[in-house]
Amino acid sequence: MKLTRATLAKDLRLEWRSKDAINSMLFFALLVVVIFSFSFDPTAEESRQIAGGLVWVAFLFAAVVALNQTWARELRNQVLDAYRVSPAPANSLFLAKAFGNFIFVLMLECLMTPLFIVFYNLRALGPAYQLPIVAVLGTWALVVNGTFFAAMSLRTRAREIMLPLLLFPISIPAVLAMVEATTSILTGEYSARFWIVLLAAYDLVFTTSCLLLFESVLNAE
Amino acid sequence: MSKPTDPAADPIIVVTDLVKQFGRFAALRGVTASFAPARMYAILGDNGAGKTTLLRALAGLNRPTRGSVAISGSSNVRSVCREIGYMAHPSLLYDEMSGTENLRYFARLYDIEDQARCTAVIQAVGLDPQLTRPVGQYSQGMRQRMSLARALLNDPRILLLDEPFSNVDLRSAREMVQLLASMRDMGKTILVVTHQAFLLEGAADEFVWMEDGRIVSRTQDFNSAIAGQV
Repeated sequence: MKLTRATLAKDLRLEWRSKDAINSMLFFALLVVVIFSFSFDPTAEESRQIAGGLVWVAFLFAAVVALNQTWARELRNQVLDAYRVSPAPANSLFLAKAFGNFIFVLMLECLMTPLFIVFYNLRALGPAYQLPIVAVLGTWALVVNGTFFAAMSLRTRAREIMLPLLLFPISIPAVLAMVEATTSILTGEYSARFWIVLLAAYDLVFTTSCLLLFESVLNAE
Repeated sequence: MSKPTDPAADPIIVVTDLVKQFGRFAALRGVTASFAPARMYAILGDNGAGKTTLLRALAGLNRPTRGSVAISGSSNVRSVCREIGYMAHPSLLYDEMSGTENLRYFARLYDIEDQARCTAVIQAVGLDPQLTRPVGQYSQGMRQRMSLARALLNDPRILLLDEPFSNVDLRSAREMVQLLASMRDMGKTILVVTHQAFLLEGAADEFVWMEDGRIVSRTQDFNSAIAGQV
């Protein structure tokens, strides 16, 4: 965990100085919110039905922008090779990158959620305390796979196109669970429990798989 | 040139029939060589001769297609990675961080908690540890020296240096050679890939000439090595 902390601190410091990921994510998510709000003019009831989908689609697309940046700075000056020749375990690097992306995307969600509430006049009719749980589990589902597939597409020529091609299909169960859970909380029509448990199981399975496979991905030629 | 150890001593690096293919292109075509401890080797050759690929294979960055690499008797390079310092042609440093910040981060990867070690290696390569500007704003020569400092951080027994003198002014390059020679005298094995062989005249113990992915000659005489180039 010490190495994970060191790499995470380094990544946060680099992001604080360059603001590459945060700025592009914020700008992208803001555009999506504004465009959606001009495209639809829903009633309060309709908003509750569609907001879950809109929110998570916006966050998913914005997260891809950040995920593409994750490994880009490790490629500059081939710094990744310095990590590979060191005795540091591959999983420390993976966890640090995943935690870093988790923090960035969660920050984005905290900033964008009030805008969604204002633009779509949202008010939860179900148990609102479940929303942060869905946000945390859903965000982790996106970033853990995103970090892994971004590393996998690192050495491909069209890596910025490759990432969504790999990430979106495998994220379908998670996105479905996020959207259904959010919609159920906003409308209060049914329980979100099943979808939250599904998200937690998804997180567990994919975090374990990514940790098991990451060393091979890191050392692939 | 000093000879602190017997060149016939047990080699610290043994390469056996090493082949490395990238797709259909063979960068290394059956390299067999051994390198004795506490000696400095200059690896020479034209572009595309396989020098960098050989160095990367020794560092554990390229998996051999065939053949083997043994470092300190172990064919698992990963298990002896603490004994290796690797300097690549790119700097392997974060441009947005200062030299000290970079080294502090890399020190943690080697479980080095002693901050004084970072200061010591920066001073050893002739840079100022107090320099706060990011590496991206360094001159190319300063970047090369900071890159060498990173390779020295874990006090390795084996130094693998790829083009350490490129874009470095002559005086600084000669200072770097002196530093390397003193480290060789302290017992480190140093492999230097370079196109500036003249800098290593009188410092390197052996000149290794590569061509088309093979080692074609090894000599202790600088003039013979240069003659091989022409």
